[in-house]
Amino acid sequence: MGRSSVKQPVRPTVLRSLAAALLAMAVSLPATAQQQPAAPASVTLDAIRARGTLICGVNTGLAGFAQPDSQGVWRGFDVDYCRAVAIALFNDPDKVRFVPTTAQNRFTALQSGEVDILSRNTTWTLSRDTSLGFDFAGITFYDGQGFMVKASLGVRSARELDGATICVQPGTTTEQNLTDWARAARIRFQPVVIERLEEVVNAYLSGRCDAFTTDVSGLAATRAVQPRPAEHVILPDVISKEPLGPLVRHGDQRFSDLVRWIHFGLLTAEEFGLTSQTIGQAAGDARPDVQRLIGRSGDLGRMLGVDNAFMVNVVTRLGNYGQIFERNLTPIGIQRGPNALWTTPGGLQYAPPFR
Amino acid sequence: MSDITASTPTLHGGSPARSAPITAVGPIAWVRANLFSGWLSTAVTLVLGYLIVRAVMGFVDWAFVNAIWSVPVNGNGVAQTQACRELHGTGACWAVVTEKHRFMLFGTYPFEQHWRPALVCLLFVALYIVSSMRSFWNWRLIPIWAGTLTAIGILMWGGVLGLPYVPQERWGGLPITLILATFGLAFAFPLSILVALGRRSNLPAIKALCVLYVELIRGVPLISLLFMASVMFPLFLPEGMNIDKLLRAQIAIILFAGAYLAEVVRAGLQSLPKGQYEAADAMGLSYWQKTGLIILPQALRTVIPPLVNTFIGFFKDTSLVLIIGIFDLLTAGKTAIVEPSWQGFGVEVYVFVGLIYLVFCFAMSKYSQGLEAELNRHRRR
Repeated sequence: MGRSSVKQPVRPTVLRSLAAALLAMAVSLPATAQQQPAAPASVTLDAIRARGTLICGVNTGLAGFAQPDSQGVWRGFDVDYCRAVAIALFNDPDKVRFVPTTAQNRFTALQSGEVDILSRNTTWTLSRDTSLGFDFAGITFYDGQGFMVKASLGVRSARELDGATICVQPGTTTEQNLTDWARAARIRFQPVVIERLEEVVNAYLSGRCDAFTTDVSGLAATRAVQPRPAEHVILPDVISKEPLGPLVRHGDQRFSDLVRWIHFGLLTAEEFGLTSQTIGQAAGDARPDVQRLIGRSGDLGRMLGVDNAFMVNVVTRLGNYGQIFERNLTPIGIQRGPNALWTTPGGLQYAPPFR
Repeated sequence: MSDITASTPTLHGGSPARSAPITAVGPIAWVRANLFSGWLSTAVTLVLGYLIVRAVMGFVDWAFVNAIWSVPVNGNGVAQTQACRELHGTGACWAVVTEKHRFMLFGTYPFEQHWRPALVCLLFVALYIVSSMRSFWNWRLIPIWAGTLTAIGILMWGGVLGLPYVPQERWGGLPITLILATFGLAFAFPLSILVALGRRSNLPAIKALCVLYVELIRGVPLISLLFMASVMFPLFLPEGMNIDKLLRAQIAIILFAGAYLAEVVRAGLQSLPKGQYEAADAMGLSYWQKTGLIILPQALRTVIPPLVNTFIGFFKDTSLVLIIGIFDLLTAGKTAIVEPSWQGFGVEVYVFVGLIYLVFCFAMSKYSQGLEAELNRHRRR
């Protein structure tokens, strides 16, 4: 006690100068704070704004998710999420640069800052979230590994595949999931491991294997292009969880918040029945939730560091979640399934409230 | 003498000069002597002939007779490929090439600006032709290369002269393959000469450095170098600093090609008799005079075949950049058939891409044969 009282005289001066500094800041802060209620201190956002374009890492080519069309324009479900972020920031879907990334170099591209956001059918796992140093902004697509068999086999469930030959691609987690599942379910099977998608599909079609396993989205896409899709059945069993979503670097919460709430905004728009055609006339909608979503009340956009009407811009140009899904994934034969809104039975897509 | 065709004498019944009987000279004699000389040879000829004719007819049927050259595209830009699928592989679906050729050739380059990469490809070809003419083998080649490469850079990037700016990640297709191969070899070749000379140098530090470089690079596959350049290297750079992905791959290719070419050049240096070195020394030439005037011209001449072999190999090795997500010709071709409606038509795409590679590699090989014959004329016996 005695010692501390000796030192006591020093403290007030420090405190006083600190208080003076705080006072000075407090005086200068409101001026800036009024212009931007929650000025985003985000390195990534500042860099994107300074550059004038978003740089988005996408798959080099995956049907429905990211692929250049005949004219070289990127299209797909993951691509639309990049465009949505660009619209929220710049109100222009073309202010994105797409960097094709492979399964091997995708994470480095994001870590090193070569891309701002990775929207590339990447499964959210614990290790990727933590030790790789990423933030997953949400689950835009619930996928999982399944099986496809010929309808003529009469197989109704994956449990009946004991002793079957199963076509699988090596290298990815697909092969490991298959082995793990077979061990757990006490099923013996004969794997036919083929690297290239086209060849593995041909092996299945020519009857070299009884079943073909990959993610359900991939199975649906393969089934849809067959001359008679009804000859193939996708079994109801899903043996792995593959929640896919866009990811950003750790430690830049402002940016991950923005990406996350764009996804939630797309879901909310679908939930309220606002489409690219109708959201323009939503100003007359009496529902307070809608008023907040379109930025006519509340200050939600500015809290994210973008225009209050950001969701109007996004939905007008791209449509809501359902429309994005229909445009990219329905044509290749993927059903909504778990990606339906939570209001439909079996749907998992759920957005926290806009308020 | 023998170029009078075999049937000529019979047409002009009583013409003055009669040629040898058709069973002794001309194609029929050749066929008799080489293909039907005995029962075994006749049997082999017939069986092989049958197989070849079957294969050729099968190919012609597939590639031309039953082929479909275009299919309708509906309003959403989705091609209606049912007609192709109903062929069940009996005919080629060239419609995939018709529909996707611009994507395969130029990748994701802005569609309305495709004339720029097209012009770049022509410039590259023109550059190759000019460089292959011996009358240009002097100082004039340097401004020609500098000028053409600048023009290529301006055309690809744009941003000046009213051309809209096109960032590198939108480049793709044939220009990428040509850029990687041309710059790769153009920089690797001088590098390889220096390394080869360094490896034979008497200065221990230089020699050790060159040996280390060659053995290190040759000890790892190109894929791992590309991975290093693409995956590891960016992590070593300070935050916010990014070296272009294409440039990183390009440097990896230059270093790799340099090591291999250096060994080829060293083989040429070692094939020279010692007397050449001693004679040059006796004339009082400096090291660089000796190397430039006496040693290299002879050494490089002898190694033309392995040099071109390595060149051709590297031209095709550039396709490995697909593993780091650069859209070269082959990757663009593979990406073109990702679209569900076009899945399953890989053969047609690979034939198309393969033909382009063939044209370039065959031209290189033919040219090197001519060059070899011309440069080594003095050795012919």
